[in-house]
Amino acid sequence: MQMKHKKRVEELVVKTLMWMAMLLVFGLVISVVWTIFSKGFKAMSWEMVSSLPGGGFYIGKEGGFLNAIVGSLYIVGASTVLGLLVSIPVVFYLNVYLKKSSRTAYIVRLALDVLFGVPSIVYGAFGFTIMVYFGLRTSLLGGILVITLLIIPIFIRTMDEATRNFPREILDATFSLGATKWETLKVVVRQIAPGIATATLLSVGRAIGDAASVMFTAGYTDSLPTSLSQPAATLPLAVFFQLSSPIPEVVDRAYAAALVLTVIVLVLSIGGRLVTHRFSKNKL
Amino acid sequence: MNSRILKDRTAHFVMLCMSLFAILLVLLMAAGLYLKSHPVLEAHSLWKLLFSSEWRPMKGEFGFLPFIMGTIWVTQVAIIFALPVSLLTALFLTEYAKPFVKRLVFPALDILAALPSVIYGVWGVLVIVPIISKRIAPHFMDFSSGYTVLAAGVVLGVMIVPLLVSLFIEVFSNVPMELRDASLALGATKWQTTRKVVLRKTFTGVVAATVLSVSRAMGETIAVLMVCGCVIGIPQGVLEACYPIPALIANNYGEMLSMPYYEAALMFAALILFAVVLIFNLLSRMVLYRIEKKEE
Repeated sequence: MQMKHKKRVEELVVKTLMWMAMLLVFGLVISVVWTIFSKGFKAMSWEMVSSLPGGGFYIGKEGGFLNAIVGSLYIVGASTVLGLLVSIPVVFYLNVYLKKSSRTAYIVRLALDVLFGVPSIVYGAFGFTIMVYFGLRTSLLGGILVITLLIIPIFIRTMDEATRNFPREILDATFSLGATKWETLKVVVRQIAPGIATATLLSVGRAIGDAASVMFTAGYTDSLPTSLSQPAATLPLAVFFQLSSPIPEVVDRAYAAALVLTVIVLVLSIGGRLVTHRFSKNKL
Repeated sequence: MNSRILKDRTAHFVMLCMSLFAILLVLLMAAGLYLKSHPVLEAHSLWKLLFSSEWRPMKGEFGFLPFIMGTIWVTQVAIIFALPVSLLTALFLTEYAKPFVKRLVFPALDILAALPSVIYGVWGVLVIVPIISKRIAPHFMDFSSGYTVLAAGVVLGVMIVPLLVSLFIEVFSNVPMELRDASLALGATKWQTTRKVVLRKTFTGVVAATVLSVSRAMGETIAVLMVCGCVIGIPQGVLEACYPIPALIANNYGEMLSMPYYEAALMFAALILFAVVLIFNLLSRMVLYRIEKKEE
C-alpha cells in the first residue's frame, strides 16, 4: 500500500514539473515576442522603414534604417541563391551517387555538422582574414560570401534529412529506363521540393539574423551599396549599434529595427510550417 | 550516348569536389586561424596565454584566463538553466503529451529557435537585466547594474532550449516502443518507465546532446555581448560582470591593427573557441550518429 502511494505521488510530482517546464517555455516565447512588439510598435513609423539615415541621425534627428533593410536583403538574397546552387548538387551526390554505408558520405556529413556548430564569430574572423589576404575591404561581397559559407551546412543537412526518406524505388525506376545518375536529378529535385523549401526558409532565417559574422566582413554604412565592393549595413547590426546609444530616440530606432527583424523571422518560421504541411500532403 | 556518360562522369567529379570542400573548409579554418595566431604563440608560451590573467595589450601581455573563465561561467549558468527545462519538456512531448499539446508546443519552439541572437540581446537588456539589478541583486549586494554572468547565462540558456529539446526528442524517439510496452505491461508507472527504460537507454545520447548544446552556447556572441557587462576580470560569482571570448573578439576586432601581436592574440582567441567547439562537436555528433544508425 505504501509503495503504491509513493508511485502515485512521484507520478504527480513529475507531471507537475513537466507542465511547469512547458509553461516556462511558452512564457519565454511570449515574453520575448511581447517585449519586442510592444517596444517596437511604439517606436515604429513609416519614416523608419522608408528612408536612409539623415544628417543628424545618430543624435536622434530625422531618417530611418532603410540602409540596413536593403543591405540585409541584398546579402540574404544573394547568399541564398549561392547556397542553393552549391547545396543541391552536394545533397544529390550524397544520396544518389554514394551508398548509404559510404565512408566518404559519413565524413562529409560529419564535417558539415561540425561546420554548423562553428560559432558565427569564428566565421567572421576567418572570413576577415581571407579578405585581408585577397586585399578586400569590408564589403557587400565579403558579407555575402561569409553568410553563404555560414548557411551552406544548414542547407545541406536539412535537405539531406528530407532526402533520407526518399523512396529508392523511384531511382530504380529511372535507372531501368536507361537514365544516368545525373539525369535522375530532375526526379529527385521534384521529390525533395518540400525539403528544399524548408531548408531555404531555415537558412534565410539564420542568414538574416546573424550579426557576428557580418560585423567584420560587410561592415556598416549609412548609404545604400551600389556595388559589391562597398560596405553594407545589416538589420542585426543596426539594432546592436543603436541600442548602445545614450540618446533615447536612437534607442527607439533599435527597437523598431528589432521589430522589423522579428516580423521577418516569424513570417519565415510560420511560412516554413505551412509549406512543409502543404507539400507533405501531396507526397508519395 | 557517350556524351551522356561523359556528362554523368563530369557531374560526379564536380560534385565530389564540392562535397570534399566541406572537409577542406574545416581544415582551412583551423590552418588559417593557427597561422594568424602564430606570432603570439611564438612570443608567449601556450601555458601563459591560457592561464595568466594579465591582459595588457599595450604592453604585449595577453593572458586569456579572465575570458576563458567568463565563457565557462556563462555556459555553466546557461546549462544549469536550460538542461532541466529542456529535458522535462522533451520527455513530456515524447512520453506524455497528447497530439494537440504537441501541435501547440512545436510552433513555440520553432519561434524560439528562429529568433536571431540580437533579438535575445534586446530582450535580455529590457527584461532580464532590470530583473537582476532591481529584484535579485539587492538581496546580495548594494548595487548591481544587472549586466552580469547571470543575465548572460539566462539569455543563453533560453537560446539553447529549442536546440536541446529537438536533440532530446530525436534521441528519445529512437527508443523502441516495445521496450516501453514491456515495462508498462509489468506494472511500472509511466514515470518509472521513463526513468528506468527511456532515460537509461538514452543516457549517452542525452550527454551527447548536452555537449553539443554547450558548444553552441560557448560561441554565441551578440546576445552575450549585450548583457555580459564586458568587465575584464575573473568572475567570482553569478552576480558579477564577465567578458566571454566571443565578446572579446567582437568588441576589439576592428581596431587592433595598430598594436603589435594584438590581432594575433584575438585570432588565438578565435582559435581556442574553434578548437573546443570542434572537439565537442566531433565527439557528440559521432555518438548521435551511432544512436541513429542502431535504430535503422
